[in-house]
Amino acid sequence: MSHARKGIVRDALGIGIASGAYALSFGAISTTAGLSLLQTCALSLLMFTGASQFAIVGVIGAGGSVWAGAATAALLGARNALYGVRLSSLLGVRGLRRAAAAQFVIDETTAMAIARDEVMDSRFAFWATGFALFGLWNLGTLIGALATHALSNPKVLGLDAAPPAAFLALLAPRLRAREPFAVAIAAAVVALICLPFVPAGIPLLIVAILVGLYGVLRSRE
Amino acid sequence: MIWAGLLVASAACYLLKLAGLSLPARLLQDARVQRTIPLVPIALLAALVATQTFSTGHHLVIDVRAAALGVAAIAVLLRAPFIVVVASAAATAGALRLV
Repeated sequence: MSHARKGIVRDALGIGIASGAYALSFGAISTTAGLSLLQTCALSLLMFTGASQFAIVGVIGAGGSVWAGAATAALLGARNALYGVRLSSLLGVRGLRRAAAAQFVIDETTAMAIARDEVMDSRFAFWATGFALFGLWNLGTLIGALATHALSNPKVLGLDAAPPAAFLALLAPRLRAREPFAVAIAAAVVALICLPFVPAGIPLLIVAILVGLYGVLRSRE
Repeated sequence: MIWAGLLVASAACYLLKLAGLSLPARLLQDARVQRTIPLVPIALLAALVATQTFSTGHHLVIDVRAAALGVAAIAVLLRAPFIVVVASAAATAGALRLV
């Protein structure tokens, strides 16, 4: 294996291990929100996109309907479509391979793939990161969920207060400019203002509609 | 009912990923789409932070979760790993409830 490829494998494993640790907290939060072991593991296998998974279990745990959570998860997953656009010419996959590759189209695999100079290295980085992440993400979820099931009352550990910290950690890296920061503050304020008057989970959808309008109107300038 | 929601949401997330790989690039390279979609997770994550920290049901409240979020914010500013951010928030809430 070439020097470059060894470096890619090392980076992919590093990302996989870090996200495995992060998946532990997903397993714990999902279990605390009341999802079964099977439901928690199914989300990591089938949804396999962190922010959406945290959002759906967060909304369910806060007493919102599963459908409000599902809509929020799907809206959060929309960014993966843009990653797919950037990856499609790099990966050159068709048929079954494309169907398999699609599940791996997330933040980390995109970042690893587009950072390479050679197309073959990009493809290698995409698949290496995808497999490492998928394996360790699901393993971490299972361990986190099993450990939390073993606790008599996860609330004693404050796990029910953990979801906002998870959302904040996912949000922070996206706030490096003034506009995103202003959008984040406005979204938080609007959601809190709506909250007493509409069903649980709906403030999130109001925020999504408003940010959509803002983005479309703003880009006409 | 929960299962139906989880499966529909998972299918939607998968189809969005597949759409990016499959649709003609020009559909998603529209300037409005490119500018708007990255703002959606920012707005939703911020709204999730706010509503899940400062409310119970339909009531706005300030309780131990606000302190937990404050500790999480400090951990984020110190560039702590994800699991440390989450664990420090949980530990703060757990400890304050014991007091």
